Amino acid sequence: MAKDYTQMWSGIGLNLKAHEGLLAVLGDAYKNIYLAQKNRPKGMDYFDFVISEVHGLRIEEIVEAKNSGKKVIGTFCVYVPEELVLAVNGVCIGLCAGADVGADEAEKYVPRNTCALIKAFLGFKLAGLCPYVELTDLIVGETTCDGKKKAYEIFDEITNKVYVMELPNKKGDDGRRMWRNEIKRFADKLQELTGNKITLEKLSEASKIVNAKRKALQRLSALRAADPSPISGLDALLINQVSFYDDPIRFTAKTNELCDELEARIKAGTGVTEKGSPRVLISGSPMAIPNWKLHAIIEGSGATVVGEESCVGERNFRTLMDENFASVEQGIDKLSERTLTVDCACFTPNTERLDNIKEMVKRLDADGVIHYALQFCTPYMMEAFKVKKVVDAMEVPFLRIETDYSMEDMGQLTTRVAAFLEMIQTRVNA
Amino acid sequence: MRVAGIDIGSRYIKFVLAEEGCIIAAEKRETGHDPLNTCRDLIDRTAPAAPERIVATGYGRYLMEVHRDIPTITEIKAVARGAKAVFAACRTVVDIGGQDTKVISLDDKGMVTGFEMNDRCAAGTGKFLEIMARSLGYSIDEFGTSCKSRINKMSNAIKINSMCTVFAESEVVGLIAKGIARNEIATAIHDSITGRVMSLIRRIGADDDIIFAGGCARNVCLAAMLSDRLQRPVHISETPEMLAAYGAALYAAV
Repeated sequence: MAKDYTQMWSGIGLNLKAHEGLLAVLGDAYKNIYLAQKNRPKGMDYFDFVISEVHGLRIEEIVEAKNSGKKVIGTFCVYVPEELVLAVNGVCIGLCAGADVGADEAEKYVPRNTCALIKAFLGFKLAGLCPYVELTDLIVGETTCDGKKKAYEIFDEITNKVYVMELPNKKGDDGRRMWRNEIKRFADKLQELTGNKITLEKLSEASKIVNAKRKALQRLSALRAADPSPISGLDALLINQVSFYDDPIRFTAKTNELCDELEARIKAGTGVTEKGSPRVLISGSPMAIPNWKLHAIIEGSGATVVGEESCVGERNFRTLMDENFASVEQGIDKLSERTLTVDCACFTPNTERLDNIKEMVKRLDADGVIHYALQFCTPYMMEAFKVKKVVDAMEVPFLRIETDYSMEDMGQLTTRVAAFLEMIQTRVNA
Repeated sequence: MRVAGIDIGSRYIKFVLAEEGCIIAAEKRETGHDPLNTCRDLIDRTAPAAPERIVATGYGRYLMEVHRDIPTITEIKAVARGAKAVFAACRTVVDIGGQDTKVISLDDKGMVTGFEMNDRCAAGTGKFLEIMARSLGYSIDEFGTSCKSRINKMSNAIKINSMCTVFAESEVVGLIAKGIARNEIATAIHDSITGRVMSLIRRIGADDDIIFAGGCARNVCLAAMLSDRLQRPVHISETPEMLAAYGAALYAAV
């Protein structure tokens, strides 16, 4: 970081010593995993910069926004509509939940056998390590799984800022009506919190901003279909992770700039690996920043990750919101329709996800699918069986992995992934 | 051509020297705290008839890649090759090593088509067996024979439920305290490991012929129980722990 932010961090209430340690670890990991990559596109400089300032410049921007009267809304899930936050002039931030941080603290409140993501969001807060959570005016939870649902009760006791949206379990008429009401209630909550009214004009503008971001991410996803891929899976994952907390307009511009470069690279046949290297699609639980573990193992073993069928990935941007609405009420209809196209394993049934996986395997020309579930993430762990069936039927090799953020199973995972890639290569050569 | 395979496992390093596909020397040493030195010694001792090519496999294979520029393959690919070379009809390999249990499917040409591995901990692996043998006062060699005669006499037998090495050990301590005969406890331990391996086998399916590989294949009780549960024979080579090193040596020859 170019500047000394100690005073700002101390003002926010971070645990300075522990935070310094976290930044050092993060910096080292980034250097070893990201900066060590070969043939990176020039456009990644921006994202490297964003990461180097993840707790610096971006926090400063948010502090300034707050000083100018804007409210900061923290979220954990792609079902929470960013459009509404922007429509009340709010700042929408996906909160830190991707590192093995503060687990000891978190385990004072939740069982040991809790998924790493939940432990991490509690841990980041309890250990005083996340400036974003400290700056939030409202933290929006959602009932996507039992673990999160109960953890938000605890999180509210700790922060006093949690608002929970109730997501239905099924996408039938009742479920749709209920979710539509939930979106409306959330809109009311935001208006009350900020004192800003959601107007047709504001909602329209917000939907354009978020759609533009989704389109940029769709464009990036499409470019990864090239062989060789013009960008590593690690870099693409990072961009998806950054999309949750960067300024959306700037992010969209930078991602599109990068995509221009990637198009040129594809024309020139420039890739991150040799043409014909194994191409892997990852499917499953979200990979919150800075969870780069599985991508690092796969790409460290010579393959390229060509897609993430994940909330930090395709689920976040696959569908656009219909911008064609003539009133705020209609806009809320469109919002709730779009969010319910998201195919999270918390829904039953969830057959769209299987179709989407098939579509991604074909479009991205994947040689293999690795199903990634966070340990104790029951919905995805269970759905892995259905995914395997579908992928088997396509005669595409499939590997199921359950892991968390710790490094203790790196050896085993590396062996599994390497053996899986050997299997793919034998098939390709045969 | 003289070639070698070296399999750096969590408990033992296995070294196979081969010529024209035949094993001419095989050696096993404890991995210990300095596996690189042990590997160096194993390789250097072959002088002056040193192998032209070596392939490394096993948990510690990257050590060889980094320090000796030796190519590596995973133990899954290696053991499949070794098993196929010894048993031409091999379609399934059950490999229980020091800290991993693997079930591997092969196609009729011997190529790996799928595999399952135990999750992260030592449950149902050789290390588990070692710790349990120790808490019952058996040597690892006598552990399997201690209870083989008791198979099929399990009607009112005790069960070890926990698969976590630490919890299972306390279960064993509890059973000892109750005065239960140690060979009866030993039987239950073997039975629980077999159950664990069977669940991996069920996930992937087992076509004949089934080869039991890895150091644990030397345990007669496990082999018998596995065959019993599968209701068909499992084949074991004379040196089941050497199959991965042998497979690596065969890859070194290509």
